[in-house]
Amino acid sequence: MGDRETVLAPQEPNLRHHFDDSTQQLESSTLGMWVFLLTEVMFFGGMFGAYTVYRNMYPEAFASTSHFMNVTIGAINTGVLIFSSFTMVLAVRSAQLGQKKALIAFLVLTLILGCVFLSLKFVEYHEKWVEHHIPGPGFQYADPRYFHQAQILFYLYFAMTGMHAIHMIVGAGLLVTLIVMAARNRFSSRWYTPVEMIGLYWHFVDIIWIFLFPLLYLIGRAK
Amino acid sequence: MIHRVVSIKVYTAVFCSLLALTITTVAVSKIELGEYNFVVAMTIAVIKGTLVAMFFMDVRRASSMTKLFAGAGLFWLAILLVFLLSDYLSRGWLLNLRWLSGPGG
Repeated sequence: MGDRETVLAPQEPNLRHHFDDSTQQLESSTLGMWVFLLTEVMFFGGMFGAYTVYRNMYPEAFASTSHFMNVTIGAINTGVLIFSSFTMVLAVRSAQLGQKKALIAFLVLTLILGCVFLSLKFVEYHEKWVEHHIPGPGFQYADPRYFHQAQILFYLYFAMTGMHAIHMIVGAGLLVTLIVMAARNRFSSRWYTPVEMIGLYWHFVDIIWIFLFPLLYLIGRAK
Repeated sequence: MIHRVVSIKVYTAVFCSLLALTITTVAVSKIELGEYNFVVAMTIAVIKGTLVAMFFMDVRRASSMTKLFAGAGLFWLAILLVFLLSDYLSRGWLLNLRWLSGPGG
């Protein structure tokens, strides 16, 4: 009793009361993000499964489509996406060090690279449109033997790269949110969890592309 | 909270390896290796994916729980693909039993 003041432990402004400390809170967030990414693995896994089955059924037809894929754009896009993962990881690093300007710069760079990827994807889709490689009534194929089977591949091509592109668009939106939050001084070296979590998402989308690129563009090219 | 900041050198090394592997996979795809084109392309993709997961997503330093969940993702993906293929690749095998019963069997 008496005049002694109660000394509270230094408050962590972003620490929720149900966590012991910010390390535990970060681990929970990380685990939660991984659970989400697991559902994404399953989601894309279904499409990769469909691809595997059809590739086994019609190997020649699927191999023949590789000649109509724009490998140059595909390869450049792979590089662009890897570079964007690199800038994303540097953004997280800047956040860890509390460097606000560097954080915003790397986030903006990541966003720009994401937009470059999507623009090149748009060019590719346009090519497919011009060449009548969009499955449906207007579909045309050089080799009449594979007319139907090649359409299956192009269905899968648009489903898989399309879903991937949608993930990229979502990622771009998340990056804009991060940039705004960073500009409003919401992050510090003590708390930057959203940067790290969205980083995980961005890298995951990168990994999906790392598998899509050889499967859709490269296999069967040598024949 | 203790930060475990990784030096830019490590990230740059990973980034350069990823680019080198991309160039390799494109170059190898032009060479006719038959069945092995697929094997090589997928091996390189797995290496690239592992590099991204381990270094960029920091799985190598993550908690055991996170590693378990990341591993569970791969495990369930394996269940999906293995069971799917055990069906599709084995279709028609049972028809061979007719040969055993001989003509008219």
